[in-house]
Amino acid sequence: MADKASGTLYAGFTKELENVDSYFNSSREGVVMQRALWDGLIYRDPITNEYKGNLAESWTWVDDTTLEFKLRQGVTFHNGEPFNADDVVFTVNFVADEANGVKTQRNVNWMKSAEKIDDYTVRIHLKKKFPAAIEFLSGPVSMYPNEYYAEVGPSGMGLKPVGTGPYKAVEVVPGQHFVLVKNENYHDSPKGQPSIEKVDIRTIPDVNTQIAELFSGSLDLIWQVPADQAQKLEQMGGFTVANESTMRVGYVSMDAAGRSGMDPNPFTDVRVRKAVNHAIDRQAIVDNLLKGKSQVVNTPCFPSQFGCAQDITVYDYDPAKAKALLAEAGYPDGFETDIYAYRNRDYAEALVSYLSEVGIKANLKYMQYSAIRELNMKGEVPFNFSTWGSYSINDASAMVSQFFKLGSLDDARDEQVAADLDMADTSTDPATRIEYYTKALQRITDQAYWVPLFSYNTNYVFKTDIDYTPTPDEVLRFTTMSWK
Amino acid sequence: MFQFILKRLGLAILVAFTVSFISFSLLFLAGDPAAALAGETASGEDIEALRHLYGFDRPMMVQYGDWLFSALRGDFGESYYFKLPVAGLIFDRLSITMTLGVCGIAFALLTAVPLGVAAAIRPNSLIDRVALFLSVAGQALPSFWFGLILIVVFSIKLRWLPPSGTATWQHFIMPTIVLGYYAMPAIMRLTRAGMLEVLSSDYIRTARAKGAPEMRVMFKHALRNAIIPVVSLAAVQMGFMLGGSIVVESIFALHGAGYLAWESIGRNDLPTVQALILIFAMFYIVFTFLADVLNAWLDPRMRSS
Repeated sequence: MADKASGTLYAGFTKELENVDSYFNSSREGVVMQRALWDGLIYRDPITNEYKGNLAESWTWVDDTTLEFKLRQGVTFHNGEPFNADDVVFTVNFVADEANGVKTQRNVNWMKSAEKIDDYTVRIHLKKKFPAAIEFLSGPVSMYPNEYYAEVGPSGMGLKPVGTGPYKAVEVVPGQHFVLVKNENYHDSPKGQPSIEKVDIRTIPDVNTQIAELFSGSLDLIWQVPADQAQKLEQMGGFTVANESTMRVGYVSMDAAGRSGMDPNPFTDVRVRKAVNHAIDRQAIVDNLLKGKSQVVNTPCFPSQFGCAQDITVYDYDPAKAKALLAEAGYPDGFETDIYAYRNRDYAEALVSYLSEVGIKANLKYMQYSAIRELNMKGEVPFNFSTWGSYSINDASAMVSQFFKLGSLDDARDEQVAADLDMADTSTDPATRIEYYTKALQRITDQAYWVPLFSYNTNYVFKTDIDYTPTPDEVLRFTTMSWK
Repeated sequence: MFQFILKRLGLAILVAFTVSFISFSLLFLAGDPAAALAGETASGEDIEALRHLYGFDRPMMVQYGDWLFSALRGDFGESYYFKLPVAGLIFDRLSITMTLGVCGIAFALLTAVPLGVAAAIRPNSLIDRVALFLSVAGQALPSFWFGLILIVVFSIKLRWLPPSGTATWQHFIMPTIVLGYYAMPAIMRLTRAGMLEVLSSDYIRTARAKGAPEMRVMFKHALRNAIIPVVSLAAVQMGFMLGGSIVVESIFALHGAGYLAWESIGRNDLPTVQALILIFAMFYIVFTFLADVLNAWLDPRMRSS
């Protein structure tokens, strides 16, 4: 039975985690495991957003593309291997090499190589100026033991992970079951010392089954609980229901560049795109469907991200204005189009009904994410309701630069926006970065390339004898949990 | 009999090849695995490079031949998603699906056949009505709903059984009932109909007339003939259970092969999907083959047809 007396916290995952090796998965569950098992050189406090040293004690920019780190001494990996400059050099050189196939290349492809200065001093060389380096080093880039990793590789690391983190993995059944125990020798890290002895995680795909497990007492904690179920659980009592926002942003993209071959293509007309923006009552969708800590978002990024200006051009809900704009653009009776969506069918249907009120008949094509993305990369998606989670990276480059720099997913293909973003992404001066992100976001909203919709939220439900405060970055942190 | 088995075996192998070829062609047409593999930041060239690396740019027949040649040696390749050998991945999960399937069909047969016989002996009696009610309910209850109701009653209210997982044999009780219940109505109705038909035939009247004991008439004379279509049906249901237990596996968090197949389709994990389709098809074929042999053994007339 799961309770305080057993010393073990039982938690449920919804999705099968493909590989525990954090460089070879791209799921939320993977981030949770990564923060428990490994450490980065730097740590970002999830509340204050302040950067602190973790495996590094301090760091300095030697020049625009070189970072030098003084490493913490006396840290050991779970297998007893001591942590030093060799581990950093090995990890960085391994992940930066494209041939090794790290799953999310943007997490690592800004690094060129690492160089050992002495046992506890190391330099990381960047390919080009990349001010978000500190953010990435405090997030997805964690340090691996060189000898062990060279021997076992990603698949071995996935089955028997070894890190310096607050928890050690003692059992891994790929995708299904993970058992973590407290690392008694955890260094004096800003993550804090783990308190809960043992964490037992099972993958249970069905949310209703998870709730049944919670009721029957065999689970202590579940997360990503849908709003309506969380509300009922809260009314019943006996559980703590905590709602937190996440960095995931919902949006509608439009084929402004005319790649989809739709003829005539109304979305190439800025008036039509503005009409779509005016047609959707985003606040009503937030209030009625998403609830919790979700908020309306006005630009293609998450408001807490560095450079993500919100007070730019805002399109109010105004169906009359939308109709007028459509008429002006030559569509007095509206038009018909396909709209693609891969999640939250209810939100997609709300969008469809708002659009039909102004005369746009959008046929919902509900498909798997991978299938839509493939079409989108080929430029065959005229109208798309999608979302982006930014991998919890608190920098606007993780979202707006992902979609507006002429890559295969860029439906706007605006050279000016791309140039401004390039400037913002590579400048080391924070003021310059803000200036250029604002410029790019201004043009994106003026041109109404997207309808930025809302941010998502997630519900955490756990037994009342657990003390835990979720953070706004959608990462479960076992280290900060304790029994009351 | 030997010739009959040989003929059926040849047919079964032909079916297996056809299934694997058709599924391969369908997957080939279904989309570009390279784009899915490359991830969201990949450029057009990255995707092209991957397509070449994995050999997706070769003609379909060459790819199929390659796959078939490796598969025949037991090498199903590596899962794109888990980065683990497909054979090992499937083997682990197959044991769960097999356990569930065998338990499910056993449960269905052990409840449906006696109920069907009882219903046929006394048509329109109370037991017939109860059997009818159970079979209508079995056809009408969606398994996700039935599964959750069982969980609510036996795990939350009574606390007799664990809600989900595979740790002990108790974990398999509810999934077995849900899966087996789905197959039960058809088997029961067929047993009842078969028994009714056989019981009204001349040879049963003869058997009774010559004074054979009723039990002997029922089981030796009647059931043996009535069960023939049931055997075929049960074999098909078994194949269906092994490949179609997705919903049950998902509700009870069993992580079996059905759930793996469902998830792998969404992930564009072609090697896993392809191997699973072949294995599910093989199950179907093996069970149909076994049913044919069993029927031929039960009914000598079938051996010549």
